[in-house]
Amino acid sequence: MENETTFEIQEKDGLLVHQGVIRVPYTWAAGEVASRFYAGLREKKVLGLRCPACKVVLVPPKKVCHRCFSDLTDWVEVGDEGVLQTFTVVHYSEPDLHPVEAPFAYGIIKLDGADTGMTHLIGEADIKGLKAGMRLKAVFRHQPQGNYLDIAYFKPIEEANHG
Amino acid sequence: MDKVAIIGVGQTRYERGNTKSFAELVYEVTRKALDDAGLELDNIDNVVTTTNDFYDGRTIACMAVAEASGSYGRDATNVEGDGTLSAFYGLMRTLSGVYDATIVTTHCKMSEGNPRKLFNQAFDPIYDRILGMDAISSSALQARAYMDRYGVTEEQCAMVSVKNHANARNNPYAHVALEITIDDVMKSPMLAEPIKRLDISPISDGACAIILATEERARKSAKKPVWVRGVAHCTDAYRLGERDLTYSAALETAAKKAYKMAGIRNPFKQIDVAEVYDAFSYMELMWYEGLGFCDRGKGGKLVESGKTQMGGELPVNPSGGVLSAHPVQVAGLARIAEAVLQLRGEAGGRQVPGAKTALAHGITGICGQTHCVWVLSNEEA
Ligand SMILES: [Zn+2]
Repeated sequence: MENETTFEIQEKDGLLVHQGVIRVPYTWAAGEVASRFYAGLREKKVLGLRCPACKVVLVPPKKVCHRCFSDLTDWVEVGDEGVLQTFTVVHYSEPDLHPVEAPFAYGIIKLDGADTGMTHLIGEADIKGLKAGMRLKAVFRHQPQGNYLDIAYFKPIEEANHG
Repeated sequence: MDKVAIIGVGQTRYERGNTKSFAELVYEVTRKALDDAGLELDNIDNVVTTTNDFYDGRTIACMAVAEASGSYGRDATNVEGDGTLSAFYGLMRTLSGVYDATIVTTHCKMSEGNPRKLFNQAFDPIYDRILGMDAISSSALQARAYMDRYGVTEEQCAMVSVKNHANARNNPYAHVALEITIDDVMKSPMLAEPIKRLDISPISDGACAIILATEERARKSAKKPVWVRGVAHCTDAYRLGERDLTYSAALETAAKKAYKMAGIRNPFKQIDVAEVYDAFSYMELMWYEGLGFCDRGKGGKLVESGKTQMGGELPVNPSGGVLSAHPVQVAGLARIAEAVLQLRGEAGGRQVPGAKTALAHGITGICGQTHCVWVLSNEEA
C-alpha cells in the first residue's frame, strides 16, 4: 500500500495520544536547470549559471538570480576544486537522515570559478584537522544517479600535490 | 503609519509532551488574550492563525485551530512562518481600516513529530536535502563562519546560555530554567561543532495569542495600550552558500526600517528591553549586531560586558528567550507578548523597571533567512 496511515492509541496523564505514521509518495520535477547540472556531473563536470547583471557564477545553478531577478541562461563550467568556507563536525547520530555515520563533517565549499558556496559532505579527511580556507576536491560517485550525492563528498587536497 | 496598539496577550506555559490538542492549546490563549483585553469574541472581526502543515502533520492545518481562534462567521486567514509574521499580517489588516480588532494566534506541538526530520524537509529536495542537515547542523555552519570571521569565542556564546537560562527562572511560562555556569555549557555534549547541548533551544509545545486594535478601539481597551511604533521584515537568500553567514544583512535592513519608523537613532540607548530569537546561543550575539546594539563582530564583547543581562543598560531576553522555550512558529509572537508585559509593568520577576520602549524580534527559515523586527512603546508617537 503506497498511502499508509496507521494509528496506535496510547495513554498519558489519563488522556489519549494517537500515534500514527504519514508516508506519502511524492515526485519532484528537477526542472531544466538542475537536470542539466546533474547531466554535467555524469561527465564529472560541475556546471554553474552566470548572472549577466551581477557577474556572479551560481553553483549549484538556479533559474533566477535572487539579487537582480535575471533569468539565468549563461552556463559555465567551474572547477572541481575549491575553498572550504565553513564546516561543522556532527557528533550525533540520525541514521534516517545522515548519509554517513557520525562523527562526520559538513562544509560549504566555494569552487574555483564559482561565486557561491556549495553545501556538502567532507570525506577522506582528518575531521579534527579541518580549517576554513583549506582546499578541497570533489570526489564523484562511480555510478551517477542524478542527485546531489553524484558528488559523493569533497576531500582535502594534499598540500604536496598542490602547486 | 496610522496608530495600532496591542491590547491583549495570552501565553501557555511552554513544555514538552503537552497532552492538549491543537484546538485546546489555542483556545486557552485566545481566551486569555480576550480576557486580558477585556473583550468578548463579538468584538473581534479579524482572525489570523499560524500553522505549518508539516509540523502539524495535517493538510490545511489551520482548520485544526481556526475555530478555537474564533474564526466562525468571521474573516479568518492564515500565515505559515513565525508568529511575528502573522502579527505583521494582522497589523496590515488592522491598518486597512476594515477591521477594529484582530486576534493573532499561533501554536506548536512539533515535539509530537520528529523535529530533526521535519526541519530537514526545509532543504531543497532537488539539491541538498539528501545531505540530512537539520537546524543544529546547518546552524553550526553559520556559527563557525561567524565565530571564525570575528574571533567570537565559544565561551562568549556560553555566556548567552548562562544568562538566558538564569533569566528563565523568573518566567513562569519558560520551559527550561537553569542555574548553570560557562563551564557547564562548555562541558555539555558536543552536537555539531561548535554547538553543544547547552547552546541549543529545546523544542517546546505551547501557544500564544495577541490582539491588535485600531487607535479608536485601543482607547476603549481595559489595559494600557502598547503602541506599534515601528515594524519591518526582510528576507535573505534561501541557500546558505549564497549568503554572508557571518552577518545578517536581512536583519540589519529590517531593523533600520523599523527604527526609522519609530524614530530610533541609537537603538542601544533608546531601547529599554529587547526580546530576540536566540534559537542557538551564538544567534543572540549575531542578532545584537544586526539590530545595531553593537558593531559587527562585537556581539561577544557586548555579552561579556554584562550590559545585556538583567540590570544592564539593555537587558536582552529577560524571559529567558528562545533558549529557554522554543515553540516553533510561536516563539516570535511570544517575544512580542513578553515585550507587551514589560511595557505594561506586568512582567513580574523579569520586569525591567520603567521600560518605555521594547524590541521584539522573530525569524523564519534556515539559519534566520527572514527577520521581523517590532518596536513597541507604552508612549504614543
Ligand atoms: Zn543577478
